[in-house]
Parts: sequence; C-alpha cells; structure tokens
Amino acid sequence: MKEIKFTPKYKLWFGISGAVILIGLVLMLTRGLNFGIDFTGGTMMQINLNQTVSVSEVSDAIKEFDLSPEIVHAGEQKHEVIIKTKSSLSNEDRAQIFNVLKTKYNLQDSDFRSAEQFGAAIGSEIRNRALMAISVAAIFMLIYIWFRFELIFGVAAIVALLHDILILISVYSIFNLTVNSSFIAAILTIVGYSINDTIVVFDRVRENVKRSKGKSHFEVADKSINQTLTRSINTSLTTLLVIGALYFLGVESIREFALPLMTGIAVGTYSSIFIASPVWAIVRNKIARKGSYAAN
Amino acid sequence: MKGKNTILFFLVVALIAGLAFVAMNGLTIGSYTLGSVNDSMKLGLDIKGGVVVVYEAKTDETGTDLIKTMEQTKQVIGKRVNELGLTEPIITIQGDKRIRIELPGVSNAQEAINMIGKTAQLEFARVTGDTPAYSGMTSDMFESETVLTGENIDDAYVSTNSYNQPVVALKFDSTGTDLFTEGTRAATNDGTQIGQIAILLDGKVISAPTVKKVLTDNSAVIEGSFTLAAANELATLIRGGALPVQLEEIQTSVIGPTLGLDSLKSAINAAKIGLILVVLFMLVYYRIPGIIASIALVLYATIVLYVMIGFNATLTLPGIAGIVLSLGMAVDANVIIFERLKEEMLVGKSLRASIDGGFHRAMRTIIDSNVTTFIAAVILFIFGEGPIKGFAVTLMIGIVSSMFTAVVVTKTLLKLSLGFTDRKKLYGSRG
Repeated sequence: MKEIKFTPKYKLWFGISGAVILIGLVLMLTRGLNFGIDFTGGTMMQINLNQTVSVSEVSDAIKEFDLSPEIVHAGEQKHEVIIKTKSSLSNEDRAQIFNVLKTKYNLQDSDFRSAEQFGAAIGSEIRNRALMAISVAAIFMLIYIWFRFELIFGVAAIVALLHDILILISVYSIFNLTVNSSFIAAILTIVGYSINDTIVVFDRVRENVKRSKGKSHFEVADKSINQTLTRSINTSLTTLLVIGALYFLGVESIREFALPLMTGIAVGTYSSIFIASPVWAIVRNKIARKGSYAAN
Repeated sequence: MKGKNTILFFLVVALIAGLAFVAMNGLTIGSYTLGSVNDSMKLGLDIKGGVVVVYEAKTDETGTDLIKTMEQTKQVIGKRVNELGLTEPIITIQGDKRIRIELPGVSNAQEAINMIGKTAQLEFARVTGDTPAYSGMTSDMFESETVLTGENIDDAYVSTNSYNQPVVALKFDSTGTDLFTEGTRAATNDGTQIGQIAILLDGKVISAPTVKKVLTDNSAVIEGSFTLAAANELATLIRGGALPVQLEEIQTSVIGPTLGLDSLKSAINAAKIGLILVVLFMLVYYRIPGIIASIALVLYATIVLYVMIGFNATLTLPGIAGIVLSLGMAVDANVIIFERLKEEMLVGKSLRASIDGGFHRAMRTIIDSNVTTFIAAVILFIFGEGPIKGFAVTLMIGIVSSMFTAVVVTKTLLKLSLGFTDRKKLYGSRG
C-alpha cells in the first residue's frame, strides 16, 4: 500500500480547523450560543395534547402567564408541545399552566409528560464544575503520558483535545444547537475518545522513532499514521455504527445526545492524524534543531 | 491435541452464549431465580421517569449549625417521603445548603413536590378576637397574634396525663420559655378574651388549647382527646415543624414514565441493531478473528450489564454514552490486535508466532490507551456530579470489561481456533 503523506501538509489541516473554529467563534460572539435552560436557568414543560395544535394557539392559551415562551412541537405525530421559558417557574406555577391546557384540551394528568426547572445560578455552577473536572482529568492524563511516553507527546495530545473541544463548540455555534446536558456528555466523550485515539497513533510513533534513525520526524509520524490508518478507520466506523443506530432509531432525547457523540468520535479520530501528529513532529523538529545548534 | 482445542473452543463459545441467553431471559434453578438484565437493572430517572428536586435552604447559618440544620431538614423530608409511601427515595445533601431528592417512578410528580416542599412552619398564636379557634381552621379565619414559632421548640414527644390519656409534651429553648410565659400571661390576664393559644402548622390549626394559668416552665403539654397514634403524629409534625429553615426549589426534573420508557425501548432496539452491524462488519472484514471478536463483544456487553447490576449502579442516558464509548474501545482493542496480527503474518511468521507476536505488541498500545481514558473516568467520577458521575461509572466498568474480554477471551479463542484451521487467509492475511 502506498504511504499517504499527512503531516507535511499541516498548514492546510491547521488552516481548515482554524477556519471552522474562527467561524464558530465569530458566530458565538455575534449571535451567541443557544444555551438550554440547564445553563441559563428557566423552565421547560412537555405536554401531550393528544392532537396537533398550532404553536400560536398554545401561545394564546397560556398568554395570561406572560412567559414569552418558546414553543415547539414534539413526539412522532407532533401531538406534544414543549414550552420553554427563561423564567424559573415554581411547582404551583407549572401546575397552573398545565391546568389551563388540561381544561382546554381535556387532558389527563399523565399527559404532563415532563418538566424541568433550573434556578438562574445553578447553570453556571454546573458549567464550572464540569470545566473543573475536565481540566483536572486533562492534567492527570498529561502526567501519565509524560511518564509513559515523553512530555512532547502529552502536550500534542492535549493540544488535539483542546482542538476537539473547540471544534465541538464551533459546531454547536454554527448549527445553533442547544447547549444543554447532552453537550456535557459530548465533551466527556471527546475527553475519553480523543486521547485514547491519539495514544494509539503515538504508540506507533514511539515504536518507530527507535527504529527509524536518520528519518525526519514528519516521515516517522506519517509512517505511524499509515500503519494505524486501517485501525483508525475501522474503530471509528464501528463506533459510529452504534451511535448512528441510536441516532436514526432513537427518540428525541436520545437523538439529541447521539449527534454530539458522533461529532465527538469523528473529530477525535481526525485530530489524532491531522493535529496531534503534526504538532508532535513540529515541536520535535524545533527541539532537534536547537539541539544541533547547541552542539555546533 | 487439535481436536481437544476445537472442543474447548466450542465449549467457551457455548458458555458465553449461555451467559448472554441468561442475561436476556433470566434463569430459574429450583427456588433460585436470576432475573434477566431487563428486570434487574436499576434505571435512572431520565429513563424510568420520576422526580428530581433540588432545594436550597434559605439561611445564613454556617459551620456546624448549618450542618445540623441540613441534617434535620433531610430527616424531615425523609419522613414526609415515607408518609407518601414512595419507594426507593434517594435524599442527599449536596454541597453546603442544598438537598437533592430523587423519587423514581412517581406518577403524580407535581403533588409529591408540593408535599415535600412545604415549609411546615410551626406557630403558637394567641387568639385575640371573639372567634374561637378550632383544629382545621386556617389562620385567616380568626384574629391572633404570634407568640412563638417552631424555632423555639427543642423537642416534642408523646406523654400521658394524670387520667392516663395521651398528650403531646413540648420542650422550649430559653427564648421560647420566655415567649411562652409572656404569651400565657397575656392569654389568662384579661377575663374578656377567649384565652386560647392556637398551635398552627403551615397556617392551619392543629390544636387550640385553652390557657388556664400562666406557665413559666420550659415545657408545655397539649391536651386533647388524642388517640395514641394521633398524639404521635402531632409530636412528629411538631418536631418536623420545628425546622427553622425555608426551602427554595432551585432545580426540578419531572419525567413522565411513558416518556422514559419510549426512550429506553428505542435505545435498546437501536443498540441491538448497532451491535448487529458491528458484528457483520467484523465478520466481513476480519473473518475468523471477526467471529472471535463478536463473541468477545457479546461477553463484554453481558459483563458490563451484570457488573452494573452487581454494583447496584443506575443506568442513565449519560451512562449509555459511557457504555457506547467503552464499546468502541472494546472493538478498538480487538481491531488493534488483528491489525498487528496481519502485520506479523505479512513479514512471513507462522500463524501461531503471529498471534503471539501480534498480542505482545498490541498489549502495550491497548494498556496505554485504556489507562489514559481510565484516569479521565476516575477524575470525572471524583469531581463530577449527577450525569457526569453516571457517565464515569459506566466508562470505568466498560474499560475494565473491554480489557478483560480483549486480552483474555480474544487471545484464548484465537489460539484455540488453531485447532480447526491454520489457513492464514482466514485470519485476514492477503498473502
């Protein structure tokens, strides 16, 4: 099999990733991220109306509560509505709103399918705690890789991890997806998968460095990527098959978190080859050159 | 020798198939029953339905005072939940002043929240108007003035009076004693008034004794025609009501049981189809190793589910994400082994030598990649809360199971499979 040259074109790969992240960031600054109520505080109610009712009709029915709600249809036959509002409604308020719809559409208590309410302060807390957990996890992974490989591998792996997280945030920003608890699940998957995938490639690099004296670091990296390429493709393909099945066959709550997981797996695989490996080669090269200058 | 290996191979396969069958259908031997995974798995609220409420205590207390208050609050809520007859409630104190209540499978969630969230403010009020207070009246039905609140009551318990009737005895703290003395003096002093001190819980009269004389003790007795059970309930309510803290609902999730079951059913179906696709892919691409990997994956799935049941872990939606991720890693371990195996065969080694060499080299990769992810999972478990913890638990269980099945089961089966064929082509060699 002919060896494909990946790493020498690193400017192209970095450019592509950079562009995606840039678009994401610009949109994030201009339009803002579409935060779910888990992050902003607010209330969500999902109610089965047993018939398709237009959004404006539902909005009219509950206008006395003055919620300025966001109303969307849900369920396979669009018989359900999800009412979201930024205000944090108490249990009694929610019951009142449901009772209005209950009387109007002749509903049962069990038609109140779900409700979520988050106080305004708790969102930033959830976010901060998740950020803290992920940062600490990254530090410990770095230490392990440093110990088992060498520091440059660890740094390159963490760079790839940061890249993946930024890309995921950009995807959420570009497609205006709701940033909620499924977003946290996706970030976690990236933390697990990205490093795991990078390590498999780096393990080859570590092995090949010893055997390929005299070759450039880019050549070593490319050889390693090519040797692990079938594995990279097969593993991400099979994992995507499982999550893809969840996405195409699951109900809304499952789909909502299957999509970011797929993005996470795809980006995690991409970054091992196109980000982590060239970063390693570039840094390694720089250090080698410095070393030779010092020797002169 | 070869025949023996073939028999062993099929024995191992039969054993794994048996375990998987039991996991799907359950098993009954005599009086001993092993439930199927479907029946035994504890499902999270996001799947099964139920209520999660997080309350924050509105208090300025700190340190040990706060801890005591929170413990009391937890106990009171525990009692109320039990009174509602709800199964498997989980009540935990989160951080300093938060209480998280999980009620799985509650059908009327809104009502449950109402009952639990009640402040149960106890109040002693002197009746000042002409309307006497009766138990059952609300505070707006008669005129009154607050004497003291639950904050000033140390204890309430059932006792008996000289006629051997059950009564509820109260113990005040020092401020309470003073306030009570003042209150009884005001109630008896003036002959024109009704002379009642009503005892109210959340604005509703539970008892309205008439004050016969000024009381200066640090204790009082509520008499009435109580049955022992009624006296007990009242004492419990007063003790509960003595809680001086107001709770604010800061986070709620109510998931209807039908919504949860819909997602579970579709998730199980999707997982089955996903697994079948993976198995097909592995069979077509890797042939005999593919069959072996599929068997190992079936065992992997069985082990993960049983370990979760054994640890009494709860399956949540983020937990499913963890399982999917570790499933990916289990497939990965097998793929890494088989790719190494191919490489070894490519340089002309015998099949047996290739299996040994391939394993040896794959092991290092598998250990490093899995340990790194395992570290992440442990940190997420320690620092994460709620959904992050659920994810971390299944990921940890998944990684260990995937290492075991890939290393032990795949290796054993690969070696045993040499008993019935030694054609390299069947192991993915192009040579």
